[in-house]
Amino acid sequence: MWLYEKKLQYPVNIKKPNYKLAAAILNQFGGPDGELAASLRYLSQRPSMPIPEAKAMLNDIGTEELAHFEMIQAMVHQLMKDAPIEEIAADGATAVYYTDHGRASWISTGTGVPFTGAYIQSKGDPIADIYEDMAAEQKARATYEYLINLADDPDVIDPLRWLREREVVHFQRFGEIMNKLYEWKDSKKIF
Amino acid sequence: MHNSRNRLLNQIRAIEFTTLELNLFLNSHPGDQQALRDYNNGVRQLKALKNEYERQYGPLINFGFGYSRSPWQWINEPWPWERESNRGCN
Repeated sequence: MWLYEKKLQYPVNIKKPNYKLAAAILNQFGGPDGELAASLRYLSQRPSMPIPEAKAMLNDIGTEELAHFEMIQAMVHQLMKDAPIEEIAADGATAVYYTDHGRASWISTGTGVPFTGAYIQSKGDPIADIYEDMAAEQKARATYEYLINLADDPDVIDPLRWLREREVVHFQRFGEIMNKLYEWKDSKKIF
Repeated sequence: MHNSRNRLLNQIRAIEFTTLELNLFLNSHPGDQQALRDYNNGVRQLKALKNEYERQYGPLINFGFGYSRSPWQWINEPWPWERESNRGCN
């Protein structure tokens, strides 16, 4: 069961539209290292976890990622909403996205490559899964750094920096879970 | 109206961020007494702030987790992805 809390986890208030930047940020909505992939990856992996700490961590970080998915959607929405059509038309790639989706956030990359379950894995092996999750956090951190490099608007950079820091914290928490999984594995060898 | 609402939302955000962080930390450190005290202290503050928000603006959480006056307040705008819901927050 999930509940909806009617607020963003961290505020997004972008005053200056920028369709091209929105398309780049859309990658964190439905791209390979994006927030949807992160959330669905962790939530899908939950039942394979052998220890209570790991079940709780995947459950809760998977839930937090949905709040980040929502923040990214807010950024894309606010950047696209009042963007002048001349600006959209002037760029070939953004014009193609506009043709298919207007000013909507679709779960895809900024160039319209659709989201796919092939981005994520549930291996059924807790150590393999948590290593994937740690890698995913690092890839998302790198993506946020690239987006910060592309952005020149402080209203956009501020939430991107905040989201980047969450990747660092999640990586740390998954690392602690990894240590506990190795302890669990070692304890199983004693009969 | 939005200013005082957004100010209250921001206070909730700040406390909830600490309880979320402590929740994740406690998942991997379930015996940490200091973190647990901080967590429970945050829960107390969060409950008070959420009650205050809901008394003024209606449910913050759907599906029966907050009272509504008439007409049904849950559909009230702005929604979180809209700028108006975040104005004056940072």
